[in-house]
Amino acid sequence: MGRQDYIGLCVFFAVVLTIPFLITNDYYISVLVFAAFNCLACIGLSLLLGYAGQISIGHAAFVGVGAYASGYLTVEMGWSPWMAMGAGVVLVVLIALLIGVPALRLKGHYLAMATFGFGTILYIVAVAAVDFTGGPAGLSDIPAISLFGLVLDTDKRFFYFSWAIVGIGLYFGLNLIHSRVGRGLRAIHGSEDAAESVGVDTPFYKIQIFVLSAVYSSIAGSLYAYYVNYIDPGPFSMMHSVLLLTMVAVGGMHKVWGAVIGAILLSLLPEFLSFLTESFQAVGLEYNEDYNTLIHGSILLLIMLFLPEGLIDGLGRLAGGVGGMINIKRHQDSAGT
Amino acid sequence: MDSGGGFTDLLQFIFMGLQRGSIYALVAMGFNIIYNATGIINFAQGEFVVLGGLMMVTLTMGFTFSIPFAFLITVLFVMAVGILMERFTINPVKNPTVLRLIIITIAVSIILEGSAMILWGKESHYMRHFSSDETFEILGATILPQTLWIIGILILIVIGFMLFFNFTMTGKCMRACAINRDAARLMGINDRKMVMLSFALSAGIGAVAGIIITPIIQMDFGRGTMLAIKGFGTAVVGGLGNSLGGLVAGILLGVIEALGAGYISSHYMDAIALLILLIVLFIRPSGIFGSSEASKLKEF
Repeated sequence: MGRQDYIGLCVFFAVVLTIPFLITNDYYISVLVFAAFNCLACIGLSLLLGYAGQISIGHAAFVGVGAYASGYLTVEMGWSPWMAMGAGVVLVVLIALLIGVPALRLKGHYLAMATFGFGTILYIVAVAAVDFTGGPAGLSDIPAISLFGLVLDTDKRFFYFSWAIVGIGLYFGLNLIHSRVGRGLRAIHGSEDAAESVGVDTPFYKIQIFVLSAVYSSIAGSLYAYYVNYIDPGPFSMMHSVLLLTMVAVGGMHKVWGAVIGAILLSLLPEFLSFLTESFQAVGLEYNEDYNTLIHGSILLLIMLFLPEGLIDGLGRLAGGVGGMINIKRHQDSAGT
Repeated sequence: MDSGGGFTDLLQFIFMGLQRGSIYALVAMGFNIIYNATGIINFAQGEFVVLGGLMMVTLTMGFTFSIPFAFLITVLFVMAVGILMERFTINPVKNPTVLRLIIITIAVSIILEGSAMILWGKESHYMRHFSSDETFEILGATILPQTLWIIGILILIVIGFMLFFNFTMTGKCMRACAINRDAARLMGINDRKMVMLSFALSAGIGAVAGIIITPIIQMDFGRGTMLAIKGFGTAVVGGLGNSLGGLVAGILLGVIEALGAGYISSHYMDAIALLILLIVLFIRPSGIFGSSEASKLKEF
C-alpha cells in the first residue's frame, strides 16, 4: 500500500465516524447502509474488472447467494447469523470455482455472456425453488446479527458495522493489489500472453481473483439480509449486476477507490434526484423509481463514451487540462512582456 | 391442451418448440449480422425485438392500422433506432476495447428497456393475431394460425437474406467486410457504411421477430434481456457468425426447451436453455457446427 492509500483509509474512517453525528435522520443513515453493501460488492468487482480485466455481469447472483444462504440457514435451520454468513462464503467459493474455472478460459463477449447466463439461472432458481427460497414471496423474519453481545438492530449500529467491514475489505483489497498477486493481475490486464511468458500463472490468478470478488459480494448479501431482515429475488436480478458494473465504471475501473466513490454516488443518486425534483413539482416534474433504469443506463453510456477511465480520472484530467491552459497562458504572457 | 396420448403431446410440444425456436433463430441472425460486420456482440439485440413488438401493438391496437402497413412502419422505426445506436454510441468510439464495447451495448440495452417501460408501461400488451385466433388440429395437436405465420415469415426472411448476401452488390460488400475488413476497404468498399447497414438490418430482423411473436406471448418491456441471452446462446451453439448454423440451433433450442417445459418443469424452462448455453460455451465455444478453427475469435 502506498502512502496515499493510508491517508485515504484514515480519511475514510474519520468520515465514517463523524457521519452519524452530522446526519441524525434515520432514513438517510439507512440509505448510507445500503450504500455500504454496494460498496463492498463493488470493491470486489473492481478487483476483477479493473485489475484482472475480466468482465462479470452476474455478480448480483453472488450477492443473492450470500443473502439466501444467510436467510435460509438462520430462519429454517436456526444457525447463528455469523455461522450462516460463513457458510454463505463457503458456498459462494464453491459456486465461483465451479463457474469460474471453465468461464475464465473464455474471453470478452463469451465471458460476459457466460456470467450473464449464470446470473440469470441463479435468479430463476431463486424465483422457482420455493422450498428453499420462498419463491417470489421471499424469506422473512431473518434475525439481526450481533457483535460482542450487542444486537445490531438500529440503523446507527448497523451503519458503523457495515462501513467497518467495507473498511476492512478496502484495506484487504488495497493490500492485495500492491502485492505480488496484484502486479501479476495488472500484467494479465496488460497482456495475457506477455504475462504468461514471464511466468505469471494466469489461469490461477484469474480464478483466485474471481473467487475473491465473489466472496466480497457474498458478504455484502449476508449483511443485506441481516439488515433488512427480509429477502426476495428482486434485488438480485440482472439489473443489479449491471448497476454494480455501472458503479465501478463511474468511479473508474482501474482504481479500488473509484469503486468506493462510484458506489456511494450511485447509491445516493435516487435520493438526490427526488430531492432535486421536489422543487420542480409545480411544473409537473416528479422523480419516480421507474426512471432509475433509464438514468443508470444513460450514466453508464455517457461514462463509457466520454470518460472511460471514470469520473475521478476524468475530473482530474479536466482540472489538469484547465491548469495546463492557464500555465500556457501565463507562459505566453510572460513571454510577451 | 387435452392429453390425447403420448404422441399428441409430443407433437404439441414440437410445434411450440418450432414457434419459440423461430424467434431464437431470428434473434441469432441479428447477432450474427452485426458480429460479422464489426466483431461486436450487441447486447441490445433483445431490445429491438421488444421495441418491434410494442410499436406494433401501438400501431395495430392503438391506431388500428392494418397489419401489413403497421408491420412496415414498425420495422422502419426499429431500423432507425438501430442506425441511431450505431451513429451515436458505436461509431464515435475511437480505439475501442472489447470491455468498453460490451459495456456500451449493455448501457444502450438498459436505456432502451427503461424507455420502453416509461413509454409503454409495465403491463404486458395484447395484440390481435395476423389472421384468425381459432386453433385447428393437426394429428390431434392444436395449432394457432399465428404459429404458421411465424414459421412462414422465418422462411421468407432466411430466403431473402440468402438472396441479399449472395446476389446483391451491397450484400457481397458486407460479406467482404466480414471476411477481411482491410482488404474490403482497399477494394473501395465503405466499411463504415457497412457497419451502419449491419445495425439497421439486425434491428429490422429483431423488429420482425417481435412483431410476429407478440400476438402469442403478449409483449412487455422486460423481455429483452432473456431474448438477447437466448438468441446469443443460439448463435453460439450454431457457431458465432454462421447464419445457417444459427437457424438450425434456434429450432433445436426451441424444441429442447419446449420438451423440457412439457416433461420436466415449466418453472425451469428458461434455466434449461441457459444451461445449454453454458455447457456449449464451456465445452465447445466454436458451436456444435463450427470447426475448432472458427473458434478463434474474429477481431477480439
